[in-house]
Amino acid sequence: MSDDLIERVRKSIATSKRIPLETVAIDSDFQQLGIDSMDAVEILFALENEFDINIPDDEVRSVRGVRDMCVGVEKLLAAKAAAAETQAGQ
Amino acid sequence: MRRVAITGLGAICALGRTTAEVAESLRQGRSGIAPIESTDASQLRFRNGAEVRGYSHQGYFDDRRADFIDRFAQFAVIAAREAVTCAGVEWTPELREAAAIITGSCVGGQSTEDVGFHDVYKMGLNRVHPLTIPKTMANAGASHISMEFGITGPSYTISTACSSAGHAIGQAFWMVRNGITDLALAGGSEAPFSFGILKAWEAMRVVSPETCRPFSRDRRGMVLGEGAAMLVLEPLEAALARGAKVHAEIVGFGMSADACHITQPSADGAAKAMRAALRDAGLSAEAIGYVNAHGTGTLANDATETAALKAVFGAHAGKLAISSTKSMHGHALGAAAALECVATVLALRDGVLPPTANYNLPDPDCDLDVIPNQSRQAQVEWAISNSFAFGGLNAVLALRKA
Repeated sequence: MSDDLIERVRKSIATSKRIPLETVAIDSDFQQLGIDSMDAVEILFALENEFDINIPDDEVRSVRGVRDMCVGVEKLLAAKAAAAETQAGQ
Repeated sequence: MRRVAITGLGAICALGRTTAEVAESLRQGRSGIAPIESTDASQLRFRNGAEVRGYSHQGYFDDRRADFIDRFAQFAVIAAREAVTCAGVEWTPELREAAAIITGSCVGGQSTEDVGFHDVYKMGLNRVHPLTIPKTMANAGASHISMEFGITGPSYTISTACSSAGHAIGQAFWMVRNGITDLALAGGSEAPFSFGILKAWEAMRVVSPETCRPFSRDRRGMVLGEGAAMLVLEPLEAALARGAKVHAEIVGFGMSADACHITQPSADGAAKAMRAALRDAGLSAEAIGYVNAHGTGTLANDATETAALKAVFGAHAGKLAISSTKSMHGHALGAAAALECVATVLALRDGVLPPTANYNLPDPDCDLDVIPNQSRQAQVEWAISNSFAFGGLNAVLALRKA
């Protein structure tokens, strides 16, 4: 996981929830940060825009904290890059 | 205080175009949920809705009149016509002057608004159709019903999201009970299948990618629906005196606000509204036999509603027969409470409790009797119908078998 990706996820969460960036650590869980279900939906929206990805509902059900979120985003970015490569190859 | 009779029923939704058709679908536990037809759903995370499939204004409105009425308000008028015919209302000038109309709608004429906004934002046109405002306004249903019958009494629309029609029927019930009017038409209508609204619901991540399975452990969310239901309410004594058929009585209405969260439900707020309805009806909790649940099929609602039912009914909660008919007619937002009130009336009148369709697996957080999949023959004397809206505004109606 790149530092850049972690930074962008942390920033998306902090901006969306309107909390200081330094309170959002890689090991913070959403409960600690006071993120409820509606906050989480807004954060997903922010991340979809930030990374130009679609985050399916099934992917987020088990996400409990910042690290899970970064891992999920990384996975979706990899899938997106693979799809783009396949398309370029054709 | 006067007793209040329901003498007329009208309904149109995914389960049928008349109350009789809706009753038959409910009895058979047949879900009206199917792939969305009226809007292109290929760019959505969900595919299914509970639409009035193949609907066209033809046969209901001539073309010129239909030009003035959005689909949601057309449904309102269609249901009102059926309810008035069903009640055999004998219009006199005095009755037209005194009668009240209270409708519920959450989003109004969204399809019309969508077209106008598409024209200016996407197509770059410099003008929108001049009927955009009168077709979009949420009170259009009440207005067109008033014109249809020449009703000039108190008429208005209530918008409390998924509780809209519950508040509308409750207000109308109180007006008839307290002698403010001798006849009220009340209910709700909705037609939310516009692309913009569907996208907005998608973003909330509460819509099921498959079907609606209230109280089932594998439930994945709600499914949107559309339609309308209207009731004719009048004083019981007057209804009996004119020989009208009484389908059921409304006996209580309770409201509350969660004052908690804009979308998350609260068991306390729901319980408070149920208790208020029982108190208004002068009923003990043990009198209730059937509950038409709010039962949206989201993880949060169904578990919270179960907790609220246990808080209100205590040990009696285990004896309640409970179902969510949203599993069949979908979540019709501002029309939901009216469709569910009609379903509750039919359950009491016909002695057939509608099931919770699409039910697969017991959930320990929803461990009450939810009438899974098959309707049930049972004579029930008293019932409640729950509506708990986004925004935490709750409305509960209590009904009695006629």
